[in-house]
Amino acid sequence: MANSTKGIAGIWEQESLVLKAARKTREAGFTKFEAISAYPVHGMEEACGIKRSWLPYVTFIAGVVGLGAGLLLTWWTSAVDWPINVGGKPLFSLPAFIPIMFELTILFAALSSVAALFYACKMPRIDPPVIDPDLTSHKFAIFVPFNDTGYDESRIEKMFKELGATEVKKTEF
Amino acid sequence: MIKRSPLVLGNKSLKDVTDDICAPVERFPSKGWVGLFLGAKTLLLFYIAVLASVVGIGIGLLGMNSPVFWGTMIVTFVFWIGIGHAGTLISAVLFLFRQKWRTSVARTAEAMTVFAVMTAGLFPLLHTGRPWLDYWLFPYPNQRGPLWVNFRSPLLWDVFAVSTYATVSMVFWYIGLIPDFATIKDRAKNTLRRKVYGALSLGWRGTARNWSHYEMLYLILAGLSTPLVLSVHTIVSFDFAVASLPGWHTTIFPPYFVAGAIFSGFAMVVTLMTLVRIGFKEFKNYVTLDHMEVMNKIIMTTGLLVGYAYASEFFIAWYSGNQYERFVFVNRAFGPYGWSYWTMVTCNVLIPQIFWLKSMRRSIPVMFVVSIFVNIGMWFERFVITVTSLHRDFLPSSWGMYEWTWFDSGVLIGSFGMFLTLFLLYLRLFPAVSIAEVKPVLNVGYDDKGGHH
Repeated sequence: MANSTKGIAGIWEQESLVLKAARKTREAGFTKFEAISAYPVHGMEEACGIKRSWLPYVTFIAGVVGLGAGLLLTWWTSAVDWPINVGGKPLFSLPAFIPIMFELTILFAALSSVAALFYACKMPRIDPPVIDPDLTSHKFAIFVPFNDTGYDESRIEKMFKELGATEVKKTEF
Repeated sequence: MIKRSPLVLGNKSLKDVTDDICAPVERFPSKGWVGLFLGAKTLLLFYIAVLASVVGIGIGLLGMNSPVFWGTMIVTFVFWIGIGHAGTLISAVLFLFRQKWRTSVARTAEAMTVFAVMTAGLFPLLHTGRPWLDYWLFPYPNQRGPLWVNFRSPLLWDVFAVSTYATVSMVFWYIGLIPDFATIKDRAKNTLRRKVYGALSLGWRGTARNWSHYEMLYLILAGLSTPLVLSVHTIVSFDFAVASLPGWHTTIFPPYFVAGAIFSGFAMVVTLMTLVRIGFKEFKNYVTLDHMEVMNKIIMTTGLLVGYAYASEFFIAWYSGNQYERFVFVNRAFGPYGWSYWTMVTCNVLIPQIFWLKSMRRSIPVMFVVSIFVNIGMWFERFVITVTSLHRDFLPSSWGMYEWTWFDSGVLIGSFGMFLTLFLLYLRLFPAVSIAEVKPVLNVGYDDKGGHH
């Protein structure tokens, strides 16, 4: 793909080693590196210095919008656009509208959060570069892109080897 | 200190987990699977034929008649939508409660939810009698005024609840599948599989940043699904409770329906899981007897809750002093449909009591049989609620019976064909245990591995 980046990657076979390696890579001053694993590794966010995800803000705002949309829809259709007397109830009968408002809150919040995940993870992406096919199974990798501060292939390769990497290779990601 | 028992047996490595769970997707189907699939598919074709007749000739082929205008379709709708609830309970509610045992059953339970809701969703649409006009159920600008839908009707709340539930549970399920699709893609030896699963994985890369967002989204969706699943069966119960019919018009319905839904759903999970364990031997290490035992405990607990609701309904009917209310309940137990009431009580309250014995909770044949009885009992619960309340209400001159026809049987039995066909296809095409979720709990119960979980 056009938008992959050249760089260097180390591959590990143990969770504890890659956690340590991620911490050391960060301490070495790299900021744009990626740690790749087949499952969420406990403690990896701290090791890589990743901030808390911003997705909950999207969820909250979308939920509020959904709630408002539900209120607006039920009020406008039942009391404004075509007011019909149903069983002598008030035209704007809020308690009866709460289920609709609740469901739309959930629907908006859930779908917007998923859309936000897609945006945050740049998905969907056609044919993403694969450093090693075992990274979605039982291996772990750290990838440092060429444009990161202090990028020096031989230095990184040495550091990765010392940290227990089983393989270090120049690649694209 | 109480020692935790391992969640995954067999001291598996990460690679073993991937190999085990991907195996059913990658190998040629077994004879047993093909046999079951052919059976289920034939039943599905029969179902399509029955539904085509019901749509083509008319809803009158079913036994609905004055005064029982709600019959098999509504009963079976509530039955299937209730089945779905256990999947969301396992995947969302137990996730929020940090129940790690849920990981290996969550995927299949969620699949069950999605397919059960799909099966259920057809019934109200067909029950309208003119399903080609079903888009009238949704509020959209139209040239009839515009005449809007009636937002004060519980039936419309149901449209919103069920369609939201179907959408959100499908999305939740799919989000869980994305990393596992990427695993299958990376393992794929042939191009077609690589392309198909590559497309399904949406280009997932598994970086720490992605996982951070992903875990947050999973938590959010679990948090949203939890009130959603409670709301759905609450609103389904409003379909009945908001009407002023004796036997329906009770405030106990929302919690009673939710408990019943969880009860029946867990029974279906146990039915399916015992079969999955027989058909796919490698899953026995992931869905262990401990898992089955925990689910049996939930079945027993919710069974007791449901039993309490039956008793409470009877007491309140007597205590209310309302003669119509009293009559409906006496008629339920001792009237012409008494047999269905006692079937329900036997299957739902008496039979699950066997799970007080640990050896019974851990016996696969026993739990399979009990779960089938619970499924039967819960179908009859909805039959009892719907039909016995309608068939004799205020005026003896308008009493009648539900004229069950073989189309009713066809609709009920055929719906299992649809559900099982989807479920069997799922078992072969999708990883039936969440690979990415099981790996972090591998160390639970193994002291020597120094697991920090």
